[in-house]
Amino acid sequence: MTMKRLINLKRTEARRIFITYSAVVIAYVIFQVMSSSGFLSSSMRGMLVPICAYMVMAVSLNLVVGISGELSLGHAGFMSIGAFSGVASAILMQSTITNAPVRLALAMIVGAIFAAIAGFLIGIPVLRLKGDYLAIVTLAFGEIIKSILNNFYFGVDAQGLHFSMLTDTTRLLKGGRLIIRGPMGISGIMKIATFPMGFILVMISLMVVFNLVNSRSGRAFMAIRDDRIAAESIGLDITKYKMMAFVTSAALAGAAGALFAMNYSTIVANKFDFNTSILILVFVVLGGQGNMLGSIIAAAALTVLPEKLRGFSDYRMLLYAIILIVTMLGTNNAEIREFFTKLNPFRRKEEA
Amino acid sequence: MRTKTKYIPVPSNAILPERDAAREPVLECVNLGIMLGGIKAVDNFNLTVGRTEIVGLIGPNGAGKTTVFNLLTKVYHPTTGTILLNGKDTHGMTTVQVNRAGIARTFQNIRLFKNLSVADNVKAAMNNDMRYNMLSAILRLPGYRREEIAAHRRALKLLSIFDMQNMADVPAGSLPYGAQRRLEIVRALATNPCLLLLDEPAAGMNPSETAELLDSIRKVHEMFQIAIILIEHDMSLVMNICDGICVLNFGQVIAKGTPDEIQSNPAVIEAYLGRRKE
Ligand SMILES: Nc1ncnc2c1ncn2[C@@H]1O[C@H](COP(=O)(O)OP(=O)(O)OP(=O)(O)O)[C@@H](O)[C@H]1O
Ligand SMILES: [Mg+2]
Repeated sequence: MTMKRLINLKRTEARRIFITYSAVVIAYVIFQVMSSSGFLSSSMRGMLVPICAYMVMAVSLNLVVGISGELSLGHAGFMSIGAFSGVASAILMQSTITNAPVRLALAMIVGAIFAAIAGFLIGIPVLRLKGDYLAIVTLAFGEIIKSILNNFYFGVDAQGLHFSMLTDTTRLLKGGRLIIRGPMGISGIMKIATFPMGFILVMISLMVVFNLVNSRSGRAFMAIRDDRIAAESIGLDITKYKMMAFVTSAALAGAAGALFAMNYSTIVANKFDFNTSILILVFVVLGGQGNMLGSIIAAAALTVLPEKLRGFSDYRMLLYAIILIVTMLGTNNAEIREFFTKLNPFRRKEEA
Repeated sequence: MRTKTKYIPVPSNAILPERDAAREPVLECVNLGIMLGGIKAVDNFNLTVGRTEIVGLIGPNGAGKTTVFNLLTKVYHPTTGTILLNGKDTHGMTTVQVNRAGIARTFQNIRLFKNLSVADNVKAAMNNDMRYNMLSAILRLPGYRREEIAAHRRALKLLSIFDMQNMADVPAGSLPYGAQRRLEIVRALATNPCLLLLDEPAAGMNPSETAELLDSIRKVHEMFQIAIILIEHDMSLVMNICDGICVLNFGQVIAKGTPDEIQSNPAVIEAYLGRRKE
């Protein structure tokens, strides 16, 4: 009898996944219609792609923080690796692949691969650490990536690709192009990122994360998160599964970075700093750890909010901070949460 | 500090139940010892466990019983001595490797995956039997479906030994205490062990639950024909179910024998009741 009153996990989970996919599709359709019928302001239209990119960042970080239970503070680092490698590859492909959506898709794949490799290399030392130590090292990693990219020069000419660090010693031939220019980043990017492509990437990341979480790997991630010692006692390879979550998350962030960068004509490494990492973490915490729909809503709301608060000029960031604090208190307070679950029309009687 | 241990042949005077006497023992501990917090938590521990033997490991609080389990499962590495599992030295193995080699355990302070469902707790333990890769999970290929369905069936079957199959979808953390202890046993069984270590499985259970547990352990033993080491303070359970009993006190083995022998052993009575004032 008491069992019947307890939440049926599997059904709740399936329903939550369905609601998440539907919400994204419905939001996409609404905004696409509004955008093409001229209902959106141009500033809002310009934010559609970044919002998609941040949604992917939040969902991918949630895989590490919420599902795998590791605090990572360098997620923007993977975004920036994806952005630079993605854009650079798009520029190299410009003449061979003239179809813009195909080039964008390929650039996102390149971004994902480079970020995944970085995730793997960083994961080797980092995933041996626990808790605060891991947070500190990932923070440092984000900063290191930023300063490497700030001092990185990459160009192409008739003789092939040229790299250099600190100063530009690529000595390109006439007709060559210096693509990454140290602190100046990449400029002259063709803005080929589109809202439909952003939507597709959001759906793909949701599919990757949801399907992974509901597989043997996801069970392992969560088992290790819930109790590491018990997980070892049943033969789960801790490092392997932490690495799998970390690398998957990095790859998705890389793809998001490539998408994000190709929404602007210029991109610099400083754009992906510690503040960006923290912002993404705020999306995850605010939306709820392990709650992908929450991450998505938080990413959208907190990207739009500063724009909407622009009318308050000087008090903008103050208001932003107050709203953040109030929401955090609200979502983490058991009584307030209970109040909202009571309002939830999807709630089943047994859940009370 | 870890010192290199080497193979020491086990003295053949180990007492095994008749049914196991002709076969190689599943576990042999030779001269096992470890220092913890400046004391010899376990010292000179020798134990041989037969293929299908149920061994009781008893002793007063702080005697070192749990520490023995932690040594067997490599949570701690022994300072001295050798552990042979199926005749193979487990020196240098990790907890994960020891589990794959056949030791599964439960914990004195329940360690379930609280946010996972009951079925998922069990299926997590079947991970090493599953083959499908990440890609077939993400793309939901047929391999994923086939193995997941098979795993779910097996999980329900294992749960049904403890009459828990209808709790499969409940979060493990919200189970009543007794059910949590039983789930830990099911989870351990799901790894296909040849040696099952149960750390106070009846702790906190009422007499009727304990009686049911006794039946379930018997059932498990019969079905899987595995060896079990049982740490337990409930003497009726231990005396009822065990083939042999090993008594620890202050990290030392003070008695070994059949339940009848242990019950009448003066050293054991003294350890439990204290020395009589002269
Ligand atoms: N990690 C540790 N560090 C220091 N001392 C420890 C550690 N683990 C165990 N001990 C000590 O080793 C001794 C044996 O502990 P153990 O937990 O094995 O006892 P036990 O027989 O399982 O007792 P109980 O019946 O209370 O569970 C105790 O004195 C304990 O304080
Ligand atoms: Mg103990």
